[in-house]
Amino acid sequence: MKTMLSAFAVAILIAFAAQYTFDALPFSSAERQSAENVRLD
Amino acid sequence: MIRALLLLFTLAFAVPAAAQDSDFVPAGTQTVEDIMARQRALADGDESVRAVRDRQGGPDEAVADGIGLTADGTMGQTNDWSDPGIWRGVRYDDLDMRSQIRGPAATTLIQTGGMEWLERRAGPLRVWGGGLLFFTLVALGIFFLLRGRIRIDGPRTGRTLVRFRVYERFAHWLLAGSFLALAVTGLLVLFGRIAIIPIFGHEVWGPVAIVTKWVHNNISWAFMLALVMVFVLWVLQNIPDRSDWQWLKRAGGIFGGGHVPAKKFNAGQKAIFWAVIILGASLSVSGLSLLFPFEMPLFASTFTHLNDWGIGGLFGGLPTDLAPQEEMQLSQLWHGIVAFVMIAIIFAHIYLGSIGMEGAYDAMGKGRVEEQWAREHHSIWADKVMAERDDPRRKQTGSPDANPTPAE
Ligand code: HEM
Repeated sequence: MKTMLSAFAVAILIAFAAQYTFDALPFSSAERQSAENVRLD
Repeated sequence: MIRALLLLFTLAFAVPAAAQDSDFVPAGTQTVEDIMARQRALADGDESVRAVRDRQGGPDEAVADGIGLTADGTMGQTNDWSDPGIWRGVRYDDLDMRSQIRGPAATTLIQTGGMEWLERRAGPLRVWGGGLLFFTLVALGIFFLLRGRIRIDGPRTGRTLVRFRVYERFAHWLLAGSFLALAVTGLLVLFGRIAIIPIFGHEVWGPVAIVTKWVHNNISWAFMLALVMVFVLWVLQNIPDRSDWQWLKRAGGIFGGGHVPAKKFNAGQKAIFWAVIILGASLSVSGLSLLFPFEMPLFASTFTHLNDWGIGGLFGGLPTDLAPQEEMQLSQLWHGIVAFVMIAIIFAHIYLGSIGMEGAYDAMGKGRVEEQWAREHHSIWADKVMAERDDPRRKQTGSPDANPTPAE
């Protein structure tokens, strides 16, 4: 029971860590993929 | 002022109207009647009319036909009628054009996979996926009614054997907790619109959808980590061998009665293990491709391999030239299909690991199982563990795991 609950708690912790990591990344994937003027090809 | 606005308003309509008044119709231009005839034929199931687009070809053919050209023979914005050649060129990606649209996948202005994807997601994916889960639950219910709980047959010994260490149970519950959270939120993403909105309304679905998305996107990392942990911890014990063949031939003893010898994991559990690893990995990869849009296209390259191996031929040749949006659409459908199959398998696993079999839950709950349970369901493994325990040389070292302890 204790092991199970601590695993669930760690899952939630990992989720928050992931959220903050992605927020803190110095670039955004959408920005990286965009361009001022895009040639269609 | 009002006059000026009115004038502007009138002009706004007058200009396009005048533009359409041109009575110059270039050779080969489709009329409304042509289009309606095609629509009627399509509605009657005549797919051959689709070939019309091939006959008309791209901008080169359009130039040759004089379709969609301005008076000076170019395909510019100065013409005063609609431009099928340009749109066809945009659709089939063979025009030299620039766009002010920015952002990912901006170079695809038109792709026709969207509607198909929408219909498949709202139709077959929901119907077949939901049906699969429903019938799995019904089948498990029927199995429970017919077979009942699988009891420990012999008398309990009061002694237990260590089955899973604390780090193994931790990995299992990290996997199980994250998977269940992902399954619930994933199903909400797919069914929320048709299940929650009609009953509780948009006001309820809104916040639920936000939480759902947050959980689904972020818990995925715990699932991927746990999947790797479980793989590393248990792969050696899940390699198929000869004892599995005996177990399979007797269907695990479910119907014939009696118990089939098995090692730490029987063939049924090995099947669950490999299903979890393979489907879980596929879910993770397709999930990542959805989490980072357009960064990880998977299908064009996969389809190329499948075509090379001749498997694509079974489906009439798989498309290998996919727009970025089509890659995302396929990732979503695949993610959904694999998720449904895996959830159905996990239903069966949860059933057997809890109410379906007496004594099984203790293995993951406490880490120790009743010796009699171990003898009945995993006799080869139990014999080995008990032999180690009873080995006088080992006794002296006093390994705590091998010592008999009273059941709690
Ligand atoms: C609340 C839900 C669950 C319960 C009660 C449960 C219970 C169990 C139990 C009792 C065992 C040990 C069986 C034994 O002693 O031989 C086990 C093993 C295992 N579980 Fe679960 N489990 C659950 C959810 C999950 C989920 C969601 C996954 C994967 C996504 C999973 C994957 C596995 C695997 C791979 C094994 C090892 C192979 C096997 O025994 O089939 N479990 N589980």
